[in-house]
Amino acid sequence: MMQNTQSTPRKFSTERLGYAFNTTGKIGLAVILFWAVIAVIAPFITPYPPGKIVDWDYFGPISESYWMGTDYLGRDILSRVLMGARYTVGISLAGVTLACMGGVVLGMIAAVIGGWFDTILSRLLDAFNGIPSLLFGLVVVAAVGSSIPVLILTLAAIYLPGSYRFARALAVNVNTMDFVTVARARGEKTTYLIRTEILPNILGPVLADLGLRFVFIVLVLSGLSFLGIGVQPPHADWGGLVRENIEGLSLGAPAVIFPCIAIASLTISVNMFIDNLPQKIRDRSH
Amino acid sequence: MHRSLQTWLLVAQRLGVALITLVIVSFAVFFATELLPGDVAEILLGQAATPEAVAGLREAMGLNEPAISRFLSWLSGLATGDMGRSYVNDIEVADLLGRRLSNSLRLAVVVTVICVPFALTCGIAAAMWKGSILDRLVSILTISVISIPEFMVATLAVLVFAVWLSWLPALSYGADASNFGALLKAYAMPVITLTCVVSAQMIRMTRAAVIETINTPYVEMALLKGASRRRMVLRHALPNALGPIANAVALSLSYLVGGVIIVETVFNYPGVAKLMVDAVATRDLPLIQSCAMVFCVSYLSLITLADVVATLSNPRLRK
Repeated sequence: MMQNTQSTPRKFSTERLGYAFNTTGKIGLAVILFWAVIAVIAPFITPYPPGKIVDWDYFGPISESYWMGTDYLGRDILSRVLMGARYTVGISLAGVTLACMGGVVLGMIAAVIGGWFDTILSRLLDAFNGIPSLLFGLVVVAAVGSSIPVLILTLAAIYLPGSYRFARALAVNVNTMDFVTVARARGEKTTYLIRTEILPNILGPVLADLGLRFVFIVLVLSGLSFLGIGVQPPHADWGGLVRENIEGLSLGAPAVIFPCIAIASLTISVNMFIDNLPQKIRDRSH
Repeated sequence: MHRSLQTWLLVAQRLGVALITLVIVSFAVFFATELLPGDVAEILLGQAATPEAVAGLREAMGLNEPAISRFLSWLSGLATGDMGRSYVNDIEVADLLGRRLSNSLRLAVVVTVICVPFALTCGIAAAMWKGSILDRLVSILTISVISIPEFMVATLAVLVFAVWLSWLPALSYGADASNFGALLKAYAMPVITLTCVVSAQMIRMTRAAVIETINTPYVEMALLKGASRRRMVLRHALPNALGPIANAVALSLSYLVGGVIIVETVFNYPGVAKLMVDAVATRDLPLIQSCAMVFCVSYLSLITLADVVATLSNPRLRK
């Protein structure tokens, strides 16, 4: 964000068709793709079955056969981190997709229809913003019990209001433009206005916003798992892995450190990628 | 006179919105916990309960009344300070909460006292020398802290201060520390962690607020007149950035609410958050509801405070 405002906006000099990324953005993208691939192929590349106790010692150090050491039961951390990618990336991706789709659709509808519908929806969703996110997760999951669909829906519910607010603000700007007025004068329906006139013009910033919200969701999911109400054992996402092995912290065990590094590498690279998106995508509506 | 009246009306309106929000939030908290599968009376009596006993307990607890009237009586109870009794250990929730709340507040106050001067200095310095090595270092550090979960900051703090440097104990007990040194040691870890989390947010927002003021024509004018960079920022930009900065401070302090949940769990600190996480584990509904309300109220008041400060300090927001 900051670097971008400093650099002079490239006016019409970039006439390349493709989007140009700088090095930081490329590194970010590479790490994101790496974890996405791992999440898909994890079961085929884990050196040991992730739930199997393979070492007699607990909190084993880094060695030839266990690249990331072993956990509190003597399970291979590398295998568990690889499998954890599935839960962390998968649940967060599903959550952020739901949140942004819901938020953006509602936001656009509110902007196009306006009036009391807009007012009531905005007030209501603003009220939900008054609940701290981790707390909301804690209460809901405590009430309905923890399962993967519940986690996905809860995370989506937490971040839907923010996404709504963002999309609505963008859509309100587009809504006042002449081509929308013309379309409306032609007698087009709300669905047409939203799909054909508004959405293409707010898509870039909305996708950038989706990336940032993905980071928040990863953080809240890890937080929930860390508190013991996220993904339930014997499975574990990265937050859950930290929780399981937190006892090893005072020994400086690799079992705590590697899942932490995995989370940080994902969230930091998404931030790096989003911050270095070409102006063309980020600021399309401005 | 007319103008100031209008301002106060706007502030009153904001407070009204906060109050309505609070009612909606309490509604959400109450019904989220009401979703609990199974009957509370059955859970309390366990497997061996006879249907008559369950029916009797339901009657005694008022569970047969419709949810909405239970919600209203719960709400009026909250307003008068009667939070009900804990299911698990049958103590007044208010008693349980009181002690824990003072622990949590103490933590929050200590963090605030350390955090605000530190973060403001860093944020203003970074804005003053924008683009310098100092600014870049601060930016990278703050964005890293923001991108990682709170428990990881705590983990790193333990690794650095307890494992590698072995200056501090890995776990805090927060309880009765006899002398000042021991007290300091017990508080150090949670305070360090929370300070990192909160000041990262605060530094970023302060920096942005100051930079926004620096970009205005009158500050540029000061520079053109030959004022030094330091004078330009401290004399011309800063007084006008005070409103946004106060807004930033209140907003970032709201991160205390999320941070404290994780930090109290990691360090076993006997505060409200730990109480709530334990209540979640035992499904102690009245306790969960009350703790959740404590957090929502503090979060909402910080956000509202931020809004009110912004309204008071910026005439343009008054329409």
